[in-house]
Amino acid sequence: MYQITCPHCGPRAQTEFTYERTTDSVVDPASDAATAMQALFTRANPMGLDDEIWRHTYGCRAWMVLTRHRVTHEIHAVKAIGPEALP
Amino acid sequence: MSGPTRTPSGEEAIPFTFDGTTYHARPGDTLAAALLANGVGLVGRSFKYHRPRGIMTAGIEEPNALVTVGKGGRAEPNTRATDLFVYPGMVATSQNRWPSLSFDVAAIFGLAAPALSAGFYYKTFFGPAKHWMRYEGFIRRAAGLGNAPTEPDPDNFSQRAGFCDVLVVGSGPAGLKAALEAAEAGSRVMLVEQDAAPGGSLLRDPDPAIDPAAMVEQIKALGGEVLLRTTASGYWDHNFLTLTQRLAEPGAVPPHGFAQRLWHVRAGRVVLATGLIERPVPFANNDHPGVMLSQAVRSYVRRWGVLPGKRVVIATNNDDTYLTAQALVDAGAEVVALLDARASGPAAPAGVTVHYDARPSSVSGRKHALRKVTAVIGGSEQSFDADLIAVSGGFVPVSHLHMQAGGKLTWSEEAQAFIPGETPQACETIGSALTPPAAPAIAPAGKAKKSFVDFQNDVSLADIDLAWQEGYRSVEHLKRYTTLGMATDQGKTSNMVALSRLAEKQGVSVPQAGLTTFRPPFTPVTMGLLAGAGARNAGAHVRRIPLHGLHEAYVPIWQPLGYWFRPRAYPYADENLAQAALREARTVRTVAGLSDVSTLGKFEVSGPDAAALLELVCATTVGKLAVGRGRYTFMCREDGFVFDDGTVWRLAENRYLLTSSTGGADRMAHVISYVRNSLRPDLKCSVVNVQEHYAGIALAGPRARAILAGLIGTQPPRHMGYAPGVLAGVPVHVLAASYSGERAFEIHIEATHAAQVWRAIEAATRAEGGAPYGLEAMELLRIEKGHVVVGGEVDGRSTPHDLGLGSMLNKAGGFIGAAGLTRPALGAPNRNNLVGLVSLDGPIPEGGMLIQRSGQSPQGHVTAAARRILEGGAIALALLQGGHKRHGEELIVTSPTRGEKARVRVTSPHFYDPAGERYRD
Repeated sequence: MYQITCPHCGPRAQTEFTYERTTDSVVDPASDAATAMQALFTRANPMGLDDEIWRHTYGCRAWMVLTRHRVTHEIHAVKAIGPEALP
Repeated sequence: MSGPTRTPSGEEAIPFTFDGTTYHARPGDTLAAALLANGVGLVGRSFKYHRPRGIMTAGIEEPNALVTVGKGGRAEPNTRATDLFVYPGMVATSQNRWPSLSFDVAAIFGLAAPALSAGFYYKTFFGPAKHWMRYEGFIRRAAGLGNAPTEPDPDNFSQRAGFCDVLVVGSGPAGLKAALEAAEAGSRVMLVEQDAAPGGSLLRDPDPAIDPAAMVEQIKALGGEVLLRTTASGYWDHNFLTLTQRLAEPGAVPPHGFAQRLWHVRAGRVVLATGLIERPVPFANNDHPGVMLSQAVRSYVRRWGVLPGKRVVIATNNDDTYLTAQALVDAGAEVVALLDARASGPAAPAGVTVHYDARPSSVSGRKHALRKVTAVIGGSEQSFDADLIAVSGGFVPVSHLHMQAGGKLTWSEEAQAFIPGETPQACETIGSALTPPAAPAIAPAGKAKKSFVDFQNDVSLADIDLAWQEGYRSVEHLKRYTTLGMATDQGKTSNMVALSRLAEKQGVSVPQAGLTTFRPPFTPVTMGLLAGAGARNAGAHVRRIPLHGLHEAYVPIWQPLGYWFRPRAYPYADENLAQAALREARTVRTVAGLSDVSTLGKFEVSGPDAAALLELVCATTVGKLAVGRGRYTFMCREDGFVFDDGTVWRLAENRYLLTSSTGGADRMAHVISYVRNSLRPDLKCSVVNVQEHYAGIALAGPRARAILAGLIGTQPPRHMGYAPGVLAGVPVHVLAASYSGERAFEIHIEATHAAQVWRAIEAATRAEGGAPYGLEAMELLRIEKGHVVVGGEVDGRSTPHDLGLGSMLNKAGGFIGAAGLTRPALGAPNRNNLVGLVSLDGPIPEGGMLIQRSGQSPQGHVTAAARRILEGGAIALALLQGGHKRHGEELIVTSPTRGEKARVRVTSPHFYDPAGERYRD
């Protein structure tokens, strides 16, 4: 079980979080159908670092992007996202 | 073996029974030690062949001596006698034998042996089915270990989180030292030991310079936690380990009601001091009682003062075994011969004859006691009269946790062993696991057929050879074909022996032959421990709707829905469910009824961009709604399929209320949050989940408008209109929505004030001749009206068009799922479409398949069946291939599993008031 450092709550167990999707599979509702389906069904799935959207669902409920290594499961960075994290 | 091999000491004797006979043990005895001390050598029967088995080891790696311990629901099958400490009154029984352990029919007649060689199951499955039918009954009777208890476990299991800087696994000399050093350096330390006493190998080979008990006290004094009878059973990501702690011995009544505890530990650093497991030696009948691992013999002699045999042959390929010879001599046993497979060895104890280039080839006995050991010495055979053979084929580092942590192994040619190397986690292995004694590879000398490798699954060298002969080259295939290493001991004593054989066959080195994966748990884990406090219906919180108590007074039939229970019907004394539901539905159609709809998903969305957010989430238009108006809506997944539906209401200029299905409310909350926070954080709006903030009451029927007008003192809004109001002194939202097909309202109130509003509406409704109605009546009403339900017609595979909702889609697009809906397959003409079915004869079986004639593949299925509420006749909703264009066709609904059938005519799903005239005032 991972230990994920929530940008708001600090290090917490993975069971408090839910995985949403990788950032490359976010479907922009404004995009054309071909691009949208490409994003939805074709993932890069790199054997290395990938950016993933997670939510601290059973904690502060905030959203974040994890940069996680798909082989070692090492989490290199956690970045808050959402309206509060906008510049 | 016969007669006790240990004289009673001054210590108090602990009585226990094994197969009904009472014996006595000393404090600290394992069941295995106590049985050996009482002269019991035969402990169980093997899995497939029912061969007599004794005690082979002195630890958790034991493959043979499995017993059932305890009685009733507390019984624990397949418990290792070597990992079970005797307590007063312990009841242990042997397994897989009939009629008795010493006289087993299956073994006497050799019933199993010829039939059950490697790959037996696969071969049988590939053969004609009748062969399997013939074998099945026999296998079910013959093969197996202990029986699972049939009664519920009376004990509780606890779970606890733990945190430490350093977690040390194993309390041998290396583990004790590491734990004490870390504690002295100021670290928070946890030390875990699966045995009941600390010390590890020191319990077998004491060192006067090391006092385990004193070191444990020092660690504790420095604030460290020392857990005995605790196994680190799993090593997961990010230095997370699960520990299983026995608070009572298996089968014992736990002192505080808790039998075991599961620890979830996050450790800063993990130190694995897990030591070595000894390798058995393959030779004919090497599974005979009286064949024991060398270190186990030493443990029984030194730790427990038990002599497992009086005339002992020792067979080895390493120096460690000479310590066993010394221990036996010290204890007064006769070491008949020391068979060393090597050309030379260290000095042997006085009086012990060492034979070099000597390997055991077979053993034999009488009445399950060992009598004779035959060996090949320098090319010629020689037999020895002996009642015990202590064997050692080298040592295997316990690298299970290391491997689970993602660690690598390095091969030691000298020790013929895989040694823990690097890990990607903060984890290191220390102690003897890094330095197994030198032990050269030795070719087995006995016949392969009865030279067992995996004792627990009855896999012999011949089975490995057979698998090889039949083309199984990879170690993973070998494992699956022969079931090697797949028993409850997970091949702790067998994997390396088998791997050596495979490498020998392939003509490659052992590391080239490969290694199977080690998976958690390290030793078997009781299922109840994983459930913990979540057992016995305590897995989820009991949540009650605000009016639960009020409904309870009517003694309704309850139905679980989402997290809650909702009344399914309010039957009168003489009514069954169907009768009550029909009466309630008729009341709604003719007068009025009220129903609790509090569990609906509800979201308040406000802000200048509220409509923009809703138009992303909802597949229908929202922006054009006037203030005070609402409409039906549905939501699509990104791939275009409908996943939920509900209503959306414009309460004020920039304030909307969205309702959605009860069961999908959590998913809806997640989707909205994703859209709001991740997809479009730039939108200026806020979303508040008000699902449990508001209670909801539906009031439906031709008299509903008049009843509500009387209660709120003004004309209620027209159909799909919204108005705030005050009812029974409480502010309410009145939404003129209808699920039933009648003129109807949803009245949403702050949950804390729901009871007085319900009472007022109920009184007014009853005064008109109406009554409360439950979910079953609601189902009859909505089926007749042709309204879809999430989980029924909305099954994750239906598009808006399939459900007849295509015309409601937001033509401008831009909603989630708009792109997915353009996929060609979603526009195919033969998709399952929502249709109605009218029966031409009897009731329509729910879930039945739609066919044109018998023998045909199904063309659809019935999603919901009901009867007309006021008229007679059976109706149903169904999903039918190309159904939109098949209205009028006659089909058959068949449910072969229930043996029910009905002829039906395909119609529009809207059976009742298709024009919606009853909504108008």
